[in-house]
Amino acid sequence: MSPKQQPILSIKGLSKTYASGFQALKRINLDIRKDEIFALLGPNGAGKTTLINIICGIVKPSAGSVTVDGHDIVTDFRAARAMIGLVPQELTADMFETVWTTVSFSRGLWGKWENPDHIEKVLKDLSLWDRKDSKLMTLSGGMKRRVLIAKALAHEPTVLFLDEPTAGVDVELRKDMWENVRSLRASGVTIILTTHYIHEAEDMADRIGIINKGELVLVENKAELMHKLGKKQLTLQLHDSLDAIPVGLAAHHLTLANGGSELVYTYDTQGPRTGITNLLTDLAGAGIRFKDLDTTQSSLEDIFVDLVRQR
Amino acid sequence: MNLPATKAIYKFEMARWGRTLLQSIVSPVIATSLYFVVFGAAIGSRITEIEGVSYGAFIVPGLIMLTLLTQSVANASFGIYFPRFTGTIYELLSAPISYFEIVVGYVGAAATKSVILGLIILATAFMFVPVEIAHPFWMVAFLVLTAVTFSLLGFIIGIWADGFEKLQLVPLLVITPLTFLGGTFYSINVLPPFWRGVTLFNPVVYLISGFRWSFFNIADVSPATSLAMIGLFLAICLTVVAWIFKTGYRLKS
Ligand SMILES: Nc1ncnc2c1ncn2[C@@H]1O[C@H](COP(=O)(O)OP(=O)(O)O)[C@@H](O)[C@H]1O
Ligand SMILES: [Mg+2]
Repeated sequence: MSPKQQPILSIKGLSKTYASGFQALKRINLDIRKDEIFALLGPNGAGKTTLINIICGIVKPSAGSVTVDGHDIVTDFRAARAMIGLVPQELTADMFETVWTTVSFSRGLWGKWENPDHIEKVLKDLSLWDRKDSKLMTLSGGMKRRVLIAKALAHEPTVLFLDEPTAGVDVELRKDMWENVRSLRASGVTIILTTHYIHEAEDMADRIGIINKGELVLVENKAELMHKLGKKQLTLQLHDSLDAIPVGLAAHHLTLANGGSELVYTYDTQGPRTGITNLLTDLAGAGIRFKDLDTTQSSLEDIFVDLVRQR
Repeated sequence: MNLPATKAIYKFEMARWGRTLLQSIVSPVIATSLYFVVFGAAIGSRITEIEGVSYGAFIVPGLIMLTLLTQSVANASFGIYFPRFTGTIYELLSAPISYFEIVVGYVGAAATKSVILGLIILATAFMFVPVEIAHPFWMVAFLVLTAVTFSLLGFIIGIWADGFEKLQLVPLLVITPLTFLGGTFYSINVLPPFWRGVTLFNPVVYLISGFRWSFFNIADVSPATSLAMIGLFLAICLTVVAWIFKTGYRLKS
């Protein structure tokens, strides 16, 4: 980062111990760059929501500090919060309100006077315009999620937090949502999203931070992270079980599984070539036939296991 | 000061009321009319007047207070409890607003509603009995101060309550008995000295007495004492609200 470019969000030594005595965050240090999409990746219970809720003012920090564009979230909360939009993890809604009133309400809360043109644009961008007069209780889960996004965008934030934005949203709508997120970034909004799906982080983020048990385990550019961690496995279900891997296939570092009825090949998705073509050619050459095949990507859990082992 | 936010909350709360306007107004009006019929007509035929005021007119200030107190507490407690219950409170907590602005929005809306209801009940009373208002300015002052104070109390209850039962418990177990025992339907001067002394610990006595004074120029305790008691109660409620927000009690973990 060039010295001139201040981080838009700066977290220093942030810790949180809940009243129960449970320590949910352990001395988190993190800088978010302006205009990036940052994915906070971690299993359930890692502390993602706690971190976001502290920054947004919903949970009290136990130690440490956070600044948004130089404004401290406690001593200068008005300036800090005015820049932030939050789409919470839980689908909460004023069931009896209409889309229009609830979104306009949010704009007011953030200290901006009515601006029907802006609300109209937000609702149209999120394909909610034709439902603007519908009561929230009549909307599907995916639509409610988009209403929450509209509420967060109603006051034109410069930093947007999306806490597990795809939970309960079907695949079709996810694509639209990612499109929206990308165009928001293009319009100058910095986006911080949380997810426990690695492929989501992979699809969207410029940088990824991995959080586990309240600790920020690493922060890396996506490309580098995927290179380091993104392994895939190809499993071939064989016609005839093998007792041992034929010597001619040794170069592929295969393993036998399931009592010899399966061959497993591990490869690097980010490598220059996967080696699958060569493998299949060599298999045919060795006269090994297979009924079916299956690929699996290393899960976040695997990655954690790897990470923990490395440290 | 984040005026748009206060306005947004106020408008939102008033709109919520507007959707159920008919039942919000009709039920207190019917209840009050029933009180007039039962107490005014039935008891009024035995007790014709108290301290020179016809019994029907005498109970008007108390009846208005009864509605004012229960409605202020009910409206304000529900207004802040509901977002806590649904989870939409996250927005209030993460918005660039001070606690003062939140309280002005919610308590202002709740107080407005109960003042409007109080005036509607006053209008209803005019249909049953002739009511004179000796000190209109003080009448409005008592009305507004009481509405604000009890809306603050409702706000506190709405934050303290962790279930709908508790939300209804306080109005039911505290406010209504205190109002009935606070001289709504009688002058506390008719009580034996011991019970009169006990009654003086009931804050509602001062509210009703002061309010009644603004109508008929008669009072159980001096109007200045009434005003001071409302002021004291208001100060206590404000202190509790300030403490709630300072500590994040039941709002922030
Ligand atoms: N109010 C609370 N009191 C006590 N523990 C909590 C509270 N909120 C969350 N936790 C705990 O803190 C940990 C982190 O939770 P959370 O931040 O929601 O994780 P994530 O969003 O990564 O799934 C979890 O173990 C959770 O049980
Ligand atoms: Mg979470």
